[in-house]
Amino acid sequence: MINTLIHYFSFPFVRYAFIVGVLISLCSSLLGVTLVLKRFSFIGDGLSHVAFGGICIAAVLNLSNNMFLVLPLTVLSAILLLRTGQNAKIKGDASIALISVSSLAIGYLLMNIFSKSSNLTGDVCTTLFGSTSILTLKKSEVWLCVILSVCVIVAFILFYNKIFAVTFDQNFAQAIGTHASIYNLVIAIIIAIIIVLAMNLVGSLLISALVIFPALSAMRLFKSFKTVTICSSVISVVCSVSGLLISILAGTPVGSTIVAVNLFIFILFCIIGKFKTR
Amino acid sequence: MSQLICENLTIGYDSKVIVKDLNFCVNQGDYLCIVGENGSGKTTLMRTILRLLKPMEGTILTGDGLLPDEIGYLPQQTEVQKDFPASVYEIVLSGCQSRCGKRPFYNREEKLLAEQNMKKMGISEIKKQCYRELSGGQQQRVLLARALCATQKMLLLDEPVSGLDPSVTQEMYSLIKDLNDEGITIIMISHDISSALEYATHILHIGKSIFFGKKEQYKKEFL
Repeated sequence: MINTLIHYFSFPFVRYAFIVGVLISLCSSLLGVTLVLKRFSFIGDGLSHVAFGGICIAAVLNLSNNMFLVLPLTVLSAILLLRTGQNAKIKGDASIALISVSSLAIGYLLMNIFSKSSNLTGDVCTTLFGSTSILTLKKSEVWLCVILSVCVIVAFILFYNKIFAVTFDQNFAQAIGTHASIYNLVIAIIIAIIIVLAMNLVGSLLISALVIFPALSAMRLFKSFKTVTICSSVISVVCSVSGLLISILAGTPVGSTIVAVNLFIFILFCIIGKFKTR
Repeated sequence: MSQLICENLTIGYDSKVIVKDLNFCVNQGDYLCIVGENGSGKTTLMRTILRLLKPMEGTILTGDGLLPDEIGYLPQQTEVQKDFPASVYEIVLSGCQSRCGKRPFYNREEKLLAEQNMKKMGISEIKKQCYRELSGGQQQRVLLARALCATQKMLLLDEPVSGLDPSVTQEMYSLIKDLNDEGITIIMISHDISSALEYATHILHIGKSIFFGKKEQYKKEFL
């Protein structure tokens, strides 16, 4: 088994996959705690469908690098969603569903009408489930991913205390002069970047899992914001690495394997948590 | 000069007026209770004072050395906080946010302040515990300690005793009284008129009839 792994690691695309996998899972777990607590667990799902729509438009327009279209589009939707979440006529969960479903539909519609590809269903399936994209990364994409991930991690560390204050009690934070709306904006932008990045790893349907599972697992066992955040990033990285290993060795699809590992860890932590409180 | 002056204040939200023409002022060391029926606009008034809502008309001025973001706030419990994984220390420290300004991390002074306020509220022993596992009274002490980190001058309390059992309620009232004796101005929303009359120096009654004045006068006119 070790020999097989060494053999696989001699290919650069496998090494790229691992670098990107670790970075993405680290980033996605950081904001998970905040999103779960703000009752925005489904924003990952919604935004990833927006990103899917963006990818479809880029494909139709024949853009060589679809990042330049997908990223701004997703950031814009994230800002819209988190903005209106507080006092909109259409409430948070409903507006997420609205945006998510419409971009999914329009994306697929556009693909269907304009695409010249012979294997349309295959293309769509790949985008949704990310079945192979992580193993076909180019060097430039890896660099982009590294740079964006570092930005996300640095931003999270710098804004950590503010994010905590705004998440725990937005009114209080605002009353003592914290510009809550700015930090909500920061959160929205970070989450949008993470989602666009994570589409490579697990595809747009399974992104929510990457965002919320580590946070939920960590919250079963740990009790302070700091320990929950640290634990969830550790869980996330461990799950992604083991998921990638399993998928390489067993030939299973990458995205769904990683999510399955996350689910397993979550159940495990639930059980441990039950015993601990007794 | 007064710490807080409200002149011809009209409050409400979504272009719906709730209370019109409020005039009152609060001096340093006052203990003001805001009373009134449900839906009379007590919480809206508090949110307006905290600048979470814009006044529809009129002005709110702060003076006597009080800056607008130096008002400490004890909110009612929100849904989010009930399952929030945060330690007592983390929450109290987050009250130092306004001192911190643009700096990303808390400095030693602010950490010390958090320690002092936890001691003052008698929650130093539980500082590592998880907020959601505390009793209602302990949770209020944590939030009070956090508010004290934000201010040494004025505290706004939104029904601080709702949901607490009678003995803890008394404890909470005397804790607030102690803070008031130290010179911190208290503005409190309350349902409990009898306690309001016991501790407060001034009463603001909003609703169909508006009253603002000393509690002795309130007793004469309303009771």
